[in-house]
Amino acid sequence: MNTAGTIVQFENVGLRYGTGAETLSDLSFSLRSGGFYFLTGPSGAGKTSLLKLLYLAQRPSRGLIRLFGEDIVTMPRKRLPGFRRRIGVVFQDFRLVPHLSAFDNIALPLRVAGVEERDLTTPVSEMLAWVGLADRSSARPATLSGGEQQRVAIARAVIARPELLVADEPTGNVDPEMALRLLHLFDALNKLGTTVVVATHDLHLLARIQRAEMLRLDRGQLADPTGALRNPPRRADA
Amino acid sequence: MKLGGDHFGAAGRRLLPEGRIAGPMPWVIAIMMFLTVLAAALGLGLSSAAARLDANVGQRITVQLIEANPDARERQARAAEAVLRGFPGIVEVRRIADADLAEMLEPWLGAGGLEGDLPLPAMIDADLTPEAHRRIPAIRTALSRVAPSARVDDNAQWLAPLARLVAALKWLSAALVLLMVGATAATVVLAARAALDTHRSTIEVLHLMGATDLQVARLFQRRIALDALFGSLVGLVAAFGVLVLIGERVRALGSELLGAAELPISAWVILLLLPVAGVGLAMLVARWTILRALGRLL
Repeated sequence: MNTAGTIVQFENVGLRYGTGAETLSDLSFSLRSGGFYFLTGPSGAGKTSLLKLLYLAQRPSRGLIRLFGEDIVTMPRKRLPGFRRRIGVVFQDFRLVPHLSAFDNIALPLRVAGVEERDLTTPVSEMLAWVGLADRSSARPATLSGGEQQRVAIARAVIARPELLVADEPTGNVDPEMALRLLHLFDALNKLGTTVVVATHDLHLLARIQRAEMLRLDRGQLADPTGALRNPPRRADA
Repeated sequence: MKLGGDHFGAAGRRLLPEGRIAGPMPWVIAIMMFLTVLAAALGLGLSSAAARLDANVGQRITVQLIEANPDARERQARAAEAVLRGFPGIVEVRRIADADLAEMLEPWLGAGGLEGDLPLPAMIDADLTPEAHRRIPAIRTALSRVAPSARVDDNAQWLAPLARLVAALKWLSAALVLLMVGATAATVVLAARAALDTHRSTIEVLHLMGATDLQVARLFQRRIALDALFGSLVGLVAAFGVLVLIGERVRALGSELLGAAELPISAWVILLLLPVAGVGLAMLVARWTILRALGRLL
């Protein structure tokens, strides 16, 4: 199989929590480097579980996952941080650090990467301005609205210019105008080369990025029962 | 952007909420350090006392010349002194003055008790080298030739039970110090685990952003080190206060035996270094605990 230009590759991947039934079954697909993907499906279909595999919060129960060209299933644990730094994540529940300001939350990935303090201020301030929170720089998450928290979470995910951006319902708590703005941010990042995977229920978003491909999950399996999905991704074994 | 290495900078310290000296750990460590310093001071004081007693008395013999006739006693005493001075390995020979003898006996006989014709033995102290100390029978034989009434007392004989007691107490204090070290380490383990549980969500976020175990461990290590430093200093100051107080009481007693247990400068330096060792121990234990716990995460 030709994997040139492939950033993510799943082969017969299954995920099971504990001894229960498989949450994800027989997932085989690949994502192009620089692609834009929407992940859709009903609640409980396994979207968040699939994203967890993508941002290395979970290892699969079976199958092969290659990320950035390397097998991450058998990869030694100590190598994972280096890979995680190449991935930006927008969590569904934001996961902002409660005692840190908006500025410090957004700066986290840069600090984790060891960026020196004097090099942090400009990019973080620019990002705050971009998500419309320039005047809330020192506000703590508890004092921010749901939408503002979501914007901080998104700014934090993209600040380090990740190669892969994974977003779980990133526009769920913002108004349509802000949702569109955030989507444009993802689009801009994508045009700069970042591969973007957005899990969403918002059908309006799907129409906004014409070149986006779609992954539809249903009961833990990739599905396209109607054949009506635009640009379904190639199967890994195709 | 320049990378500053695999650690969070000064601002990274805010990644864990401030508010130290809040939990019980610093106070528990203060108590541990207080007891550790006292136990260590006991051990060091006893070591010092044992060394001084051994140096001052342990290698000493006392020759008593029990002769009722004062002229014969004096003659034998001079002869015995001469024999001792000529014996190889004798470091120093001191004749105990009659006035000193009388002073020693005064508590038993009273101030006028020695005014009569009560005969007192002549006494000579001799400090020996360890080699000469092993040849006491030969000294006895040599003395018996010139002073038949001479009786040689080896001070080490009556000192031996005291030396054994001191050694036992030294081991006891060492065991106490080790127990305190163990208890302090256990306290730090519990505190580190509690801190990990408290900040689990923050740690997960940091992990998913690519923070290494070492980066996360350093955050906790620093916090625990500060708590341990605070507790150690409180414990040290309290223990020093107690030691100074006890020292004054001992000096007031004027006892040579208890006075021998006075702490030398080197012992005070060791005691001062205990908080440093405590902080180092806390940091190492915290690091080990946290790295072990993080190792169980993906």
